[in-house]
Amino acid sequence: MAGHKHPSYFKIYIILLILFVISVAGPEIADIFHIEGATRLILILVTAFGIAIVKAYYVLAYFMHLKFEKIYAPYILLSMVALMAVFFFGVAIDIMKDDGHHWEKTYEEPLVAPGESGHHEDAGHAAEVTAHH
Amino acid sequence: MAHQIIATSRSASGIPTGRLAVWWVVGSEIVIFGGLIAAYLLNRFLHGSWAQSAGHTSTLIGGINTFWLLTSSFFVVLAHAASEKRDIRTTRKFLWLTILLGGFFMLFKTYEYAVKIEGGYTLFTSNFWSFYYTATGLHGFHVLCGMVIMAIIAERDIKQGKNWHRVENIGIYWHFVDIVWIFLFPLLYIAK
Repeated sequence: MAGHKHPSYFKIYIILLILFVISVAGPEIADIFHIEGATRLILILVTAFGIAIVKAYYVLAYFMHLKFEKIYAPYILLSMVALMAVFFFGVAIDIMKDDGHHWEKTYEEPLVAPGESGHHEDAGHAAEVTAHH
Repeated sequence: MAHQIIATSRSASGIPTGRLAVWWVVGSEIVIFGGLIAAYLLNRFLHGSWAQSAGHTSTLIGGINTFWLLTSSFFVVLAHAASEKRDIRTTRKFLWLTILLGGFFMLFKTYEYAVKIEGGYTLFTSNFWSFYYTATGLHGFHVLCGMVIMAIIAERDIKQGKNWHRVENIGIYWHFVDIVWIFLFPLLYIAK
C-alpha cells in the first residue's frame, strides 16, 4: 500500500462524526418544527439514507483504501450490489401486489403489530393484579 | 526469515492473496446483509405496522453504538498505519482499543436486548421484531467474530512481529461490519 497519498485518517473520522450527527438531527428537526407529509419524507430520506451512503463511501474509499486498490476490487463489490438490485426489483413487482395470474395473497400483516397495542396498559394491569393479591 | 509469506510475495492478481480473499468475503457479506435489508425495505413500504414498531427502538442506544463503531473503525485504521511502520507496540495498542470498543458495542447491545425483551418485544412478537433480532443479532455476531480474530492477530502475530498484512485484512473486515451498521442504524433507529 505504499506510494499513494491519502487524506489524514483523523480528518475522515471527523467528517464521519459530523455526518452521523446530521443523520440523527434530520428526523429530530422534522419533529421539532412539525414538518409533515412529503417534506418530512424527503428530509428523512436525505438525512438518514442519503448520508448513510456518503458515510459508507468515505469508509470504503479511505478506511478500506478501496480508492487506491486495483480497479477490479470495487467491481467485485459493485457486482454484488447489482445482484441485490436485481433481487429487490425482481421480487418487489409481485410482493407489492395482492394478486396476479393464478395467485392471490392471503396473508395480511396486522395494522397494529401483535403485542404492541396497549402494551404498557398490560404491564400496568399486571402490576395492579399483583397489588390486589 | 523463518516465516516467509509466499502468497503475499508472489501475487498474479496484483492484490495480495489474503486481501483479495477478504474482498471476496466482503462481496458475499454484501449479499447476506443486502438480502436482509432489501426484505426489510419491502415490508416497511407495505406495512404501516412496521413503521409503528420501529418507533419503539431506542435512538439513543443505537446512536451511542454508532459512535463506538465509527471510533473503532478509526482505531483499526490507525493500527493499519502503525503496522506499515512495523511498530509492534502501537499496532497492538490500537488493535486492543478496537476490541475494547467492540466490547462496548456488545455491552450496549446486550442492555438494549434485555430492555426490549423485558418490555415484551421478543423474537416472536411480530415480523418486525423477528427482523430486528435477526439483523442486529447477525451483525452482533460479526462484531464478536471480528473481536476474536483481532485478538488472535494482536497476540499471536503482531506480538512476535510477523504476518503484518493480517492487520490490514482484519481492518477491511471490521470496516465492512461498520458499514453494515451505517445502514442498519437509519433503517431501525432513525426513520420513524
